[in-house]
Amino acid sequence: MFETELFLEALPILVMAFLEVTLVVTVTSSLLAAVLGLVWAIALRELPGALARPLAFVLDFIRMTPLPVHLLVIYYAFTQLSPMTVGILVFGVHYSTYMAESYRAGIESIRKGQWEAAKALSLPPARTWRAVILPQAIRNTLPSLGNWAIAMFKDTPFLIFISVPEMVTRAREFGGQNFSYIEAMTLAGLLFLLASYPTAVLMQKLEKKLAY
Amino acid sequence: MTEFFSDLGTALPRLLGEGLRDTLLSFLGGAVLMVIVAVVLGVAMHQGPRWLRVVARVVVEFFRGTSLVVQLFFLFYVLPNLTGLGSLGGTWTAILALGLNYGAYGAEVVRGSLNAVPAGQWETATALSMPWATKMRRIIWPQAWALMLPGFNNLMVMLVKGTAVVGLVLLNDLTFESEQVRREVGTWPAFLAALLIYFVIAWVVSLALRALEARAQRRLGLGDFEVRKARQDADQVMAGGVPDDQDGR
Repeated sequence: MFETELFLEALPILVMAFLEVTLVVTVTSSLLAAVLGLVWAIALRELPGALARPLAFVLDFIRMTPLPVHLLVIYYAFTQLSPMTVGILVFGVHYSTYMAESYRAGIESIRKGQWEAAKALSLPPARTWRAVILPQAIRNTLPSLGNWAIAMFKDTPFLIFISVPEMVTRAREFGGQNFSYIEAMTLAGLLFLLASYPTAVLMQKLEKKLAY
Repeated sequence: MTEFFSDLGTALPRLLGEGLRDTLLSFLGGAVLMVIVAVVLGVAMHQGPRWLRVVARVVVEFFRGTSLVVQLFFLFYVLPNLTGLGSLGGTWTAILALGLNYGAYGAEVVRGSLNAVPAGQWETATALSMPWATKMRRIIWPQAWALMLPGFNNLMVMLVKGTAVVGLVLLNDLTFESEQVRREVGTWPAFLAALLIYFVIAWVVSLALRALEARAQRRLGLGDFEVRKARQDADQVMAGGVPDDQDGR
């Protein structure tokens, strides 16, 4: 039933795929999403309504539609990009719409007095954001960003739609070649669990530590 | 531009006719199973004896921690060999994977909402020596229900999006069909049509849950504070890790 030899044979293949694709996409896309999310959150507050409303709609639209379809449309529309690049961009943009919400909550949690004080000192808007609002807001937002990064990590198997050889794709290939899926799929699930659970617990510790 | 719209006009009815059925079937089946799994595991995590709480917690962390696609493939490729019963078929595989995965996230929503019902409510019901079932059904559940709806709202939208993977177990859902239609009408009209349909489904689902939420709150006359807290927590439904506010009552 469960053959230890096949399990051990699959181990290096999946670990390599994990390091070369899953981890690379998760880390780069998380950074991209964290930067873009902040840009969206500030833009939604600072832009005039005529621009902010369409932006809010586009972000809602991306957030409420499935990531695999986003992968497919960018993959077919921009054939000059490598599938891996498409993956990084799409994951980054999709999750930036979630992170923008996290930033928004963080910004809204800042007391009105902070804005008023910045205004009373006639700080220019850029400096108000950089020196007063963001240092406080981002502190409140960090654990939530981490949680979205973990959610993104568990979504990386969607890359199978654009034939990026990530871990689960390799596990399915391996299972097909050896006429037995149980070893490789168990291993893939195990690797996800081993990576995501401790990170989630760590995020929770961080949340408690950063809470005022 | 006009060509684009005529292509979109070709793609939309094609997708509605051929892809919508499997997407809706996976969503509705997944939603029903999700709520059942969430309530059973959530109540077990909050109300069960110590051993049951541990078991429910392990199940929840297992389904949250291993990815949805892994679970889908496991049910599709491994389970038939393991049980020797043959394949479940694509539709049941999809429903089972979606229901179990999102149900595990939902269990955390249910547990959190039970935990948010004020201690006095539990104590009063106990002081009146209400049996456990009556206490839960008449006193606790109506209050917890209102608090869990914002979380379920977010999860339902996630579930609508999650159905996009059912093509991997050979269902002809919207995502699969849009890839077929692409060959005739081109990339943008085909996929934009699919995105529009998904958006409308997610939007309708979200509105329906909003209505339920408003009704539940009106009936209870819930305070602004509790509702706001529930909405805030709802944005964190995908967060993981063991909560530390566990106090078995």
